[in-house]
Amino acid sequence: MLEQLTYASEAALNGLMAGVMYSLVALGFVLIYKSSGVFNYAQGVMALFAALTLVGIQNGQVPFAHLINAVTGGHLESFGWQVPAVLAILLTIGVMVGMAIAIEKLVLKHLVNQAPIILFMATIGLAYFLEGFGDVMWGADIKTLDVGLPQGINETVESLTGAWFGYGFFIDNLDIVAAVVSVALVAALTVFSQYSKQGRALRAVADDHQAALSVGISLRFIWILVWSIAGFVALVAGIMWGSKSGVQFSLSLIALKALPVLMLGGFTSIPGAIVGGLIIGMGEKLFEFFIGPMIGGATENWFAYVLALIFLVFRPQGLFGERIIERV
Amino acid sequence: MKDMGEGYTTPDGRRIGPVLMELRNITLRFGGVVAIKDISFDIREGEIRAIIGPNGAGKSSMLNVISGFYVPTEGEVWFRGEKRGPMRPYQVARLGIARTFQNIALFDGMSVLDNIMTGRLTLMQSGLFSQALWWGKAAAEEDEHREKVEKIIDFLEIQNIRKTPVGRLPYGLKKRVELARALAAEPKILLLDEPMAGMNVEEKEDMCRFILDVNDEFGTTTVLIEHDMGVVMDLSDRVVVMDYGRKIGDGPPEEVRNNQDVIDAYLGVAHA
Ligand SMILES: Nc1ncnc2c1ncn2[C@@H]1O[C@H](COP(=O)(O)OP(=O)(O)O)[C@@H](O)[C@H]1O
Ligand SMILES: [Mg+2]
Repeated sequence: MLEQLTYASEAALNGLMAGVMYSLVALGFVLIYKSSGVFNYAQGVMALFAALTLVGIQNGQVPFAHLINAVTGGHLESFGWQVPAVLAILLTIGVMVGMAIAIEKLVLKHLVNQAPIILFMATIGLAYFLEGFGDVMWGADIKTLDVGLPQGINETVESLTGAWFGYGFFIDNLDIVAAVVSVALVAALTVFSQYSKQGRALRAVADDHQAALSVGISLRFIWILVWSIAGFVALVAGIMWGSKSGVQFSLSLIALKALPVLMLGGFTSIPGAIVGGLIIGMGEKLFEFFIGPMIGGATENWFAYVLALIFLVFRPQGLFGERIIERV
Repeated sequence: MKDMGEGYTTPDGRRIGPVLMELRNITLRFGGVVAIKDISFDIREGEIRAIIGPNGAGKSSMLNVISGFYVPTEGEVWFRGEKRGPMRPYQVARLGIARTFQNIALFDGMSVLDNIMTGRLTLMQSGLFSQALWWGKAAAEEDEHREKVEKIIDFLEIQNIRKTPVGRLPYGLKKRVELARALAAEPKILLLDEPMAGMNVEEKEDMCRFILDVNDEFGTTTVLIEHDMGVVMDLSDRVVVMDYGRKIGDGPPEEVRNNQDVIDAYLGVAHA
């Protein structure tokens, strides 16, 4: 019995760590949804694109090499240099900001005052475009991402738990780093949104467009800002997931994990995204641990959705979402 | 530009300066509807300028033209002796033109204090990166603005609700917070769209007093929309009367009151 409990604790802890990753992706969704009412279907692909760009820059890959070679008949591939991780990350942030500006200028600007469903469909288009664009720019092969984050079993946790429970927990260093980074990111975003001029402007835009305009806020600037931040969050998520399981198309599917997190936490709440991610991460590991064996396992694929659906019935606005009251 | 140098002193001793804004031959159409039809008038520094008229006369549309929310189909807006180019509402706000809305537009999720603080966004200097780099300086700036906002809060007697989320306030107080937010911008022109609509008598009296005090204390140029003639007569220095998108009267209240067209419009010859 005690042994059971020890294993369960380990599963729960690992679940929490995985949950942090889910939160990270959900956070990107919340930021954009809150400030512009757009459900950004492309958030997952943005994470993939960010990771691809980071790897490409790090390895000195020539962008669009395949295309250039096809046209010129050359054999370009690499500049032959390696870019240090920190510099590559900074450059990638620059690319994500550039992308935010392009999205605003080419897409959002032309869809002002359109219904949310139109904007949603525009982001579906954006997702497919970005996926293809990423392929053309950096190639479709699976890449490994290494920015020097520690990986493998954390020995301190193992020996400590070993001493306490007589069984050493397996916690991946990368998961611990992801958790720390996520907490820092959320703290930074909170400080930014609560205490800075732009943060206040951002909350204002999220609340009422007319009023925001009347106090001199440029909606277009705010949208570029929000998409840049979402791009940055996508990069962070891309780095964590990419370091864990390589950079390939499936990385964009992490977005699917964020959906139940959002249903649980509410689409408009940053704390909701965090808590939702943790509940789902831990819930699915524990469910797999206790119930999984009874029903043949592989519950992790669907558990999150079932949990979210149950939530949806009882609290449609999510745990922290604002109450939905129809204006009459 | 005409009248630039002039000015006069009102009977109650307030100084009215030269023309600050001039609207020239403004026409505004929505498809077939003509909301404003070839209207010209000016606004002098320090005065309370009322726009009155029956419902649907085009008053709000005029305010929206001034604040950049509507782009006039024809006509020019002159501000401080210069013709204003095509501008977006946020750019107009940055010129120092603050407004309230007929249907209240506040940030419901934010506290009263935060709402009023947004009014000062146009006056805040430091940009995104300088804020991140020199956190201390940004914090000092924030404190400075906070102080100014507290003064406005005291002035409008809303100290006890400063931390309340605006969405929870009753209608009358919301109107007051909206006024506070507009004042926080230290506007060159303050535009108020029916600030007294939907209020009870006591709230109306308070609002009247605030508008007068603000004008008196800070010399704020105020453009005020009302459809109730009585209130306006006591408040304003000069009145523009609109009806069906046309200007049917313009002048001091007592003069406008005796204008036959105005009397007809208000007796509701053709209005419901
Ligand atoms: N955004 C708009 N689109 C179409 N018609 C409008 C719009 N705004 C105002 N109008 C029309 O312009 C006319 C004047 O409206 P408004 O300026 O709101 O009058 P008032 O404020 O004097 O009651 C009305 O016929 C109204 O329907
Ligand atoms: Mg109106």
